[in-house]
Amino acid sequence: MSDPVLAALNLNKSFGALKATDDVSIDLMPGEIHAIIGPNGAGKSTLIQQICGGLQPDSGLVLLGGQDVSGHSTQARAQAGLGRTFQISQLCMEDTVLENAVLGAMGAGRSAWRFWRAALKRSDLRETAESALERVGLREERGTRCANLSHGQRRQLEVAVALTLSPRAFVMDEPMAGLGADGSKRLTGFLDDLRAEAPILLVEHDMDAVFALADRISVLVYGKVIATGTGDEIRNNPEVRDAYLGDEA
Amino acid sequence: MRLDERYINGLMIAGLLALPLWALVADQPFTITLMTRAVILALAAVGLNIVLGIGGMVSFGHAAFFGIGGYAMGILAYHAQTYTALDLGAFTTEGTKFMPVIWLVAMITSGLAASFIGLLSLRTSGVYFIMITLAFGQMFFYFAISWAQYGGEDGLSIYVRNDFPGLNTLMPIQFYGICFALLCLVLALFARLQASPFGLALNATRQAAVRVETVGLNPMRLKLLAFVLSGAITGLAGALFADLNRFVSPTMFSWQLSGELIVLIVIGGVGRLMGPVIGACVYVALEHFLGEITDFWHVYLGVILLCIVLFGRGGLIGLLTGKEGAHV
Amino acid sequence: MSSILIIEQILNGLQFGVMLFLMAAGLTLIFGVMGLINLAHGSLYMVGAFAAAAVAGATGSFLLALVAALAAAALAGAIVEMVVIRRLYKAPHLDQVLATFALILIFSEGTRWVFGSFPLFLDIPDALSGPVTLPGGIEYPLYRLTLIGIGLAVAVGLWALIERTRLGIRIRAGENDREMIAALGVDISKLYTLVFALGAALAGLAGALVGAIQSVQVGMGEPVLILAFVVIVIGGIGSVRGAFIGALLVGLTDTLGGVFLPELFKLFMDNGAAQKTGSALASMGIYVLMGLVLIWRPTGLFGARA
Repeated sequence: MSDPVLAALNLNKSFGALKATDDVSIDLMPGEIHAIIGPNGAGKSTLIQQICGGLQPDSGLVLLGGQDVSGHSTQARAQAGLGRTFQISQLCMEDTVLENAVLGAMGAGRSAWRFWRAALKRSDLRETAESALERVGLREERGTRCANLSHGQRRQLEVAVALTLSPRAFVMDEPMAGLGADGSKRLTGFLDDLRAEAPILLVEHDMDAVFALADRISVLVYGKVIATGTGDEIRNNPEVRDAYLGDEA
Repeated sequence: MRLDERYINGLMIAGLLALPLWALVADQPFTITLMTRAVILALAAVGLNIVLGIGGMVSFGHAAFFGIGGYAMGILAYHAQTYTALDLGAFTTEGTKFMPVIWLVAMITSGLAASFIGLLSLRTSGVYFIMITLAFGQMFFYFAISWAQYGGEDGLSIYVRNDFPGLNTLMPIQFYGICFALLCLVLALFARLQASPFGLALNATRQAAVRVETVGLNPMRLKLLAFVLSGAITGLAGALFADLNRFVSPTMFSWQLSGELIVLIVIGGVGRLMGPVIGACVYVALEHFLGEITDFWHVYLGVILLCIVLFGRGGLIGLLTGKEGAHV
Repeated sequence: MSSILIIEQILNGLQFGVMLFLMAAGLTLIFGVMGLINLAHGSLYMVGAFAAAAVAGATGSFLLALVAALAAAALAGAIVEMVVIRRLYKAPHLDQVLATFALILIFSEGTRWVFGSFPLFLDIPDALSGPVTLPGGIEYPLYRLTLIGIGLAVAVGLWALIERTRLGIRIRAGENDREMIAALGVDISKLYTLVFALGAALAGLAGALVGAIQSVQVGMGEPVLILAFVVIVIGGIGSVRGAFIGALLVGLTDTLGGVFLPELFKLFMDNGAAQKTGSALASMGIYVLMGLVLIWRPTGLFGARA
């Protein structure tokens, strides 16, 4: 069996009396999509933040490609190969689609410290950026200002920027949020192919997408992982049914 | 009316070339001096525009760099004109009246000050950043006042304008030429910088700092370098300003000046190449013409400014091109 | 150096500190509740001083002068809030800075227009003039001692207002959750006007009180405003307690530094040079203090953790 590309080991995080992350261990194997689901307030965002570097856990480790990145900043983790998309789009709204993608390409190539030639005239950056846009179907929109994109197109651009980094692992926070049925279906197909390139840790509310895509699913409730397994295992897990259906009943 | 920004920029440069030449022919040296003042203020504001317009950092302390540039000129020229030694610890010098050296010293010292202020104040953001830069600006102001060796509150007078090889800097038009050439040089630099990968990344830190981190770039370092570059350019402008007046005093460090530099940019258009230039020309013109009508022209400036903030975004360039300026 | 001089200087520092607190408390409340950076706070300080000087000149009563200062500053604050400031709460910081900078220009030049460029003088009332003898035989001006008393009383009053009254509950709620208190039916815009006027009144009071020991002139507010910013940066934005501690620290550092640094340098320099170097460095003292606090705690001593 191969080693996980990305692993969180025994993460703990409290805010005052609230235990937002309770001894969570999660790993991501090569070629897989590992989905994290859970009711609202289960601590999914807090967990993602700790994995990506926005929050320091109180204890526990984060490993990327076997290397301990727990103390690393967000940008160091990105450089080590973590590609992230956000639940709420984090894009430069005044810039064009191409400029947003070029920014990603710059990060990947570590070429932000060039002061003379225009970024958009550098063929290396442009090729990386355009091919990522091509893959998500945004190449035609490359001259559009981000603020003028539709919600769905912004989600696509989020993914494209992550692609420009050619990461070892993706962490995607609700990429389907707010997409219509068509958009969800297209993105589902895209992620399905993408996993061969780099595995995806996927936080998602869209259960159709989760069960269609995920090789494994972890269920997070009150900051704890209560179950991990395949779609069928999760569907039939009594604790999970209790957590979801019990709350709704 | 929707104009292409490039036409406005071209017109502006043409105007800055033609008007002084007209003033020369019409024998209006005061107009040339006014325009020199506008060009130097524009240069200072172009420096500030790097951090404010591209990087979104509202620095309310850029007078510090303007003043340091001014004092760099004042101190070097003072020692040269009094034939006294300037003891710098490691070595002594007799000062200099040679402009290029003065400019270099002005840029290095103000750049160093900017790296010191930047390192401390960039640990914070938002309102903290505004207050801290304002406070550090004031620190230099009080330091200059209590620096008795170089005139304290009274400042330093330099009797003869400094030298530039091949030119007679005492002729207003020739000194204007020097300032204008430097402005063009810095504008070219600004344009390249804004389009460069560094500029794109810096611009992104203003709009979505989280995004910049997530693609593996360090926003703090980007901002710090921008701050240092910006400080150095404003310092250069300070040296020229002191040379224009042949006088430096603590007022070059005043907080009002920091505010005015921001105002210049906002009048013209935040983050626009020529925003500071247009702003400076309008400002100097207002100061001159309103100042002739009333001693209280700042009241009118205040009202105009309030209207710009409350009702208009994007400054004059925004008005002419129909595009909003950078959001800071 | 005698212990009497030291105690005297500490009292001077305290007096300066509590007056800074009056400025900083308003600024920090306004920022905490409305999220606004108000550069024109120094203008309200000036308005208070001018109102006091004008009324004292007309009536000869210092008490009436203080009432006038409070009223004029509160009124000016309320008007400015309703006409300009309330349009800025959701605006970017740059807009807030510019608009309040514009207000400074309007206030300053407007005052110059009405009162002229010459400084006015506000006399210390007879009842408070002259020195008192403190325990230990220290002679200290009664008026300055009164300022310390007033400053401390305002600090206690402000604490009680915020912790113990309905208005205080609303102010605290406003700091935490604006939408919520609006949803609970509190008239948020009235609350904002009230908080702004309260902050303005404190600034006006400080202006009038300090105006009696310095001259009353246009531009007197801004140096104090910037010091109040230093206070807030040290104390933590939005924290009244931080403003109090910060104000005392700044007041003491500035006063004691100005006196003792030259003395310190005299130990290893000749007198003239020590005086020069010492006072030059003393003028930077509070900024060094601010820098140190920033390195240690970027959000200030009592600021919310970022």
